Amino acid sequence: MTHAIAQLAAVVATALFIFSLYWMNDPKTARRGVTAGVIGMLVAVGATWVQPEIVHHGWIVLAIGAGFIVGVPLSRVPLTAVPQRTALSHAFGGLAAGLVGTAEYFLGLGAGGADLTAFRMSAIVAEIILGFLTFTGSLMATGKLQEVRWIPQRPVTYPGQNVVNIGVLVIAVALGVLVAVHPAAAWSARAFLAIVGLALLFGVLLIIPIGGADMPTVISILNSYAGLSAVAMGFVLDNKLLVTAGALDGSSGLILSIIMCRAMNRSFTNVLFGAFGTVKAAAVTGEQKAWKEETVEGAAQLLEQARLVVIIPGYGMAVAQAQHKVRELYDQLTKRGVTVKFAIHPVAGRMPGHMNVLLAEADIPYTALVEMDEINSDMPQCDVALVVGANDVVNPAARYAKDSPIYGMPIIDADKARTVLAIKRSKKPGFAGIDNELYVQDNTWMLFGDAKAVLGDLVRQLTGGSGLH
Amino acid sequence: MIDYWSMLFVFVLATFIGLGVIRRVSRLLYTPLMSLTNAISAIAVVGSIVVTGADFPTPIRVLGAVALFASTTNIVSGFLITDRMLKMFKKQ
Repeated sequence: MTHAIAQLAAVVATALFIFSLYWMNDPKTARRGVTAGVIGMLVAVGATWVQPEIVHHGWIVLAIGAGFIVGVPLSRVPLTAVPQRTALSHAFGGLAAGLVGTAEYFLGLGAGGADLTAFRMSAIVAEIILGFLTFTGSLMATGKLQEVRWIPQRPVTYPGQNVVNIGVLVIAVALGVLVAVHPAAAWSARAFLAIVGLALLFGVLLIIPIGGADMPTVISILNSYAGLSAVAMGFVLDNKLLVTAGALDGSSGLILSIIMCRAMNRSFTNVLFGAFGTVKAAAVTGEQKAWKEETVEGAAQLLEQARLVVIIPGYGMAVAQAQHKVRELYDQLTKRGVTVKFAIHPVAGRMPGHMNVLLAEADIPYTALVEMDEINSDMPQCDVALVVGANDVVNPAARYAKDSPIYGMPIIDADKARTVLAIKRSKKPGFAGIDNELYVQDNTWMLFGDAKAVLGDLVRQLTGGSGLH
Repeated sequence: MIDYWSMLFVFVLATFIGLGVIRRVSRLLYTPLMSLTNAISAIAVVGSIVVTGADFPTPIRVLGAVALFASTTNIVSGFLITDRMLKMFKKQ
């Protein structure tokens, strides 16, 4: 009877999870998706908890209680901290899979090893390698995103890095094969623990060479790994619900990774083993042109007189927490009958969709947020393109400079607007260490300063002038 | 004996369904999508409950309890933050 309940619950929960993701196809129905997900989860947890083999209820209550105590504050982080929260939750997902895999192995070993068939052992080994490498890899990503002091932000590279990384993984997998074939030999437990250690090490090594601009891709890949480790757990525990839910998560991470890679014109292996950030600054071709600076007054006037303004946000907007000032500017301009749109590059920010969430937080209607592919056809009609803390995603060099590290990356065609205004914190080049020729174009004017402060000045200028109308 | 072939079958079909469904997800919602799938894949909680709550040796159950804590954290924070973000997406 209870077995039938568990099977039925698994079917119901799977269906609810699929609906949950399906409703994410439109912001109007998306919150329904959360409800479906919560119900699916409650059904699955309830059906597992009532199984007769569960006898230690106090432990379960304690662990779940602790999960609530940590989980609730984690859901209230500022939205600029969402990338690191997401990376941290991948770490927790990987940890859970790794620990359950370890527990299952030692359980089987304690029972004499009869349950540990080569097939099941392979699943356990896959689970712990994926789980533990996701754990440390995601912790490293969390640290980099949170800008923890003792984790280097810049990519760390050394000669032979890829050989070392792949070597560690190969040794772990080879040990895994040995343990899968001889699960209960005298040395097996030690070999098993060695695999755990190597997987933990591999996770760290994998993330060390990765820089901030690659984070959207890396978070997506880790998302996929976390899902796959849940799938492996499903194989180990003979639980189809784990397999289906893990597969949904894994395919989501896979699709996001592909989209992010395409948006940077790079391959998976290139992101993971290419160490983007260390590319030498490309030689500056032709004569060095100089920036032209615009005053706040002049910029405000340009914006006010425009018919179509396209705002292009980047990571700089998130760093400066400038999204609310962007909204004030949006309000001032729309009040004057100016059409304002936002051009969203897929890899702007530190995780997929980062800019959309920040702008939605600032109450900008999502109908004003336009994807790169759609906005580019409007750019020639755009009177003013306002670049707020974006850099590489608007660099025209991506179109033709073959020696540039961003060559081939699709960009937002800010340079095709009649006038470009670019807010930039400092006069240093962007992440990729290359000059952005958008800034020295004839129709570009720079506004140097913190994005929040500059936008504040612009808004003040516009409100000050509005009394005359 | 676990029927691995049917598990593999389920895995492949679920992956295809996942690819089909995720491809239709609004590009606006990729950040909430990721926190939602995080919460869903914390279904690992059912494995953790068994390892924590069944009559196993204490060290095994300690591993299970830590895993259960980690999965619950993901479920709670994942669903709550997804809903918090989705509330912000307004048409006008």
